[in-house]
Amino acid sequence: MSGFQHSTYTPKSGIGRWFDQRMPLPRLVYDSFVAYPVPRNLNYAYTFGGILSMMLVVQILTGVVLAMHYAANSGLAFDSVEHIMRDVNFGWLLRYIHANGASFFFIAVYVHIFRGLYYGSYKAPRELLWILGCIIYLLMMATAFMGYVLPWGQMSFWGATVITGFFSAIPVVGDWIQQLLIGGFAVGDPTLNRFFSLHYLLPFMIAGVVVLHVWALHVAGQTNPTGVDVKTKGDTVPFSPHATMKDGFAMVVFLFFFAYVVFYIPDYLGHADNYVQANPLKTPSEIVPEWYFLPFYAMLRAITFNIGPINSKLGGVLVMFGSIVLLFLVPWLDTSKVRSAVYRPWYKLFFWLFLADVVMLGWLGSKPPEGVYPTLALIGAIFYYAFFLIIMPVLGLIETPRKLPNSITEAVLQKKAGGSLAPAGATAAPETRS
Amino acid sequence: MSAEAIEPNRRDFLYIATGMAGVVGAASVAWPFIDQMQPDASTLALASVDVDVSSVTPGMSLIVKWRGKPVVVRNRTPKEIKEAQDVKLSELKDPIARNANLPSDAPATDANRTVKGQEAWLVMIQVCTHLGCIPLGQQGEFGGWFCPCHGSQYDPAGRIRKGPAPENMAIPKYEFKSKTSVTIG
Repeated sequence: MSGFQHSTYTPKSGIGRWFDQRMPLPRLVYDSFVAYPVPRNLNYAYTFGGILSMMLVVQILTGVVLAMHYAANSGLAFDSVEHIMRDVNFGWLLRYIHANGASFFFIAVYVHIFRGLYYGSYKAPRELLWILGCIIYLLMMATAFMGYVLPWGQMSFWGATVITGFFSAIPVVGDWIQQLLIGGFAVGDPTLNRFFSLHYLLPFMIAGVVVLHVWALHVAGQTNPTGVDVKTKGDTVPFSPHATMKDGFAMVVFLFFFAYVVFYIPDYLGHADNYVQANPLKTPSEIVPEWYFLPFYAMLRAITFNIGPINSKLGGVLVMFGSIVLLFLVPWLDTSKVRSAVYRPWYKLFFWLFLADVVMLGWLGSKPPEGVYPTLALIGAIFYYAFFLIIMPVLGLIETPRKLPNSITEAVLQKKAGGSLAPAGATAAPETRS
Repeated sequence: MSAEAIEPNRRDFLYIATGMAGVVGAASVAWPFIDQMQPDASTLALASVDVDVSSVTPGMSLIVKWRGKPVVVRNRTPKEIKEAQDVKLSELKDPIARNANLPSDAPATDANRTVKGQEAWLVMIQVCTHLGCIPLGQQGEFGGWFCPCHGSQYDPAGRIRKGPAPENMAIPKYEFKSKTSVTIG
C-alpha cells in the first residue's frame, strides 16, 4: 500500500520547480528516501539492506581502481597482484578492502537472508522481492568465485578447476560445457581473461537487480518484526530521519568490524596457499573454497555414493545446486498464514535449528572429507532439505500460532508497557508480549 | 466466431514470417558470441607433443604438459604390471578401459590400458576423474595413484579402485614412433 503513497514533494526553489517539471528525479529521491513511510518497529536486523548497498559501492569503487593496476594474463596476474601490494600507493589498502569486502558483503547478505526467513519477508505480496534477492545472491556468488580466481594463486587455479569440474558431471554435454566455460582443455589464460571480464561486468548487473529489488520493496512496503501489515499512518515513521539514522548507525558499527579485519587481520579469512603462484601440475594438499561457500561445499562432498542411475559426482553437484534452487521456492513452500516467527513457536525452534545446521555444514566444509565428517555432512544436508521440503509446508498446516497484535502500534505499546514494569515486570515480559 | 475470422490472412503470414526471420537472425548473431568461448585455434594447435623417453628406465616416470594437463609417461616395473594383470575385471569400479586408442567399450584389462607392443608403458592423463585434481604417483593402498583432494585411489594401471572418482584416468591418443619416442595427441 505504501508504494502508491501520494507524493508530498513540493519543490521550494526555482531550480527545483524547473527540474520537477522536466525530470522529477529529486521527487523520486524525496518520495523514496525522505518521506517514504517505514514501520515504526523495525529493529537492527532490518539495517542490513542498507549495509549491503554500501558494500556494493565499496566493492565497485575499490574494484575499478584495482583493475587499473591488474594484468589479466596468466603470466602476469600473480606478479601484478604483488605489485599492487608492494608498489602501488595504498595498493595494499585497496586490495585488502576489496578482498575482505567480499567476505563482509557475504556476512551482511547472510544476516539479510536469515532475517527474511525469520520474519517471513518472502510471503505475499513479496514473492518477487524475495526472488530478486535470490538472483542477487546467485550473481554475488558468481562474482565472488571469479574474483577469487584473479590473483592466480594455487587456490585460485584449483578452485576454478574444481568448480568448473562440476559441469563435467552433466551427462553427454558436460565436457563440452566445461570446455566452453574455461576456453580450453584445462583452466588457463583464456579462463583468466573471461573471468576478469565477467568479474567486472557482474557487479553492475547486481546493481541493476538491486534497483528492481528496491522497487519491489517500495511497492509492497517493508515487513516488520510483527508481520502485521501497516494499517494506519501511526504505524509508520518517515524514512528520514528515522531509518536513515538507524541505517547510518548500523553502517558505522559494521564498518568498525570491517576496519578491524582490514587493518589487523587482513589475511585471516583468506588461504595461505593463494600466495603461491598457480601451478597446473601440482594440486595443493587440500582444496577449500572461501568460507561463504563452505556449507554448499560440504553438501557437495556429502554424496559419496551412487543413487540409482545418478553417480556420486553428479549426485553431489545436484544436491549442491538444489540447495540454492530451494531458496527460490520458499514463498510457496511455507504454507503458514502468519508471517513472523515471533508468533510461530515451532517454526521459531526449527529456524534456529536450521541456522545451526548451516553453521555446522560450514564447519564440515572446512574439514577434510575423512572419518566421521562426510556422514555428519550427509545428516546436515538431509536436515537442510527437510527444513524446506517437509518442515516448512507441514508446520504451516499443523502449527497453532500465538495471538497476533491488532496493529504494529499496539505491539509497540505493549512492549513498552512490559519494559517499564522493571524490575518485577522484566520476568513477566514474555507473557505480556503474547 | 465466424469461419472467416479463423482463416489466416496475408497479415498473419507476414507476422509469422517476420517472427521467424527474427528468430533465425537472433540465433545466427548469438552463435559467434557463444562460439568464441570455445577452445581457440592456438589452444587446439597444441594438440600433439613428442616426448623422448630414452632415459626413462623401469620404475621411472616422466610428466609432460599436454593441452594444459599433465600426462604421465611411466615405464612400469614388472611387479606393477603383474599386480595390474592379476586384478579381475569384476573387482573394478569402472570396467571400461577409457583408452582413446581403443573402441569406447573395451574392457579395462591391463593390456587395454596400454598400446599393443608397448605394454610396459603407461601413458595417461594424470588428472583425477572426480573434480580434476592431480593425483600423487606411486602412493595409496593400490600402489598406483592417490588423489589428495577427496581421497580417490588408483592402481598401477591408473584404474579407479576406491573413493569418489567415477572413472579410470583417461589414456590419450598416443603412438610410439620408435622405441624411444612417443607422440601424444
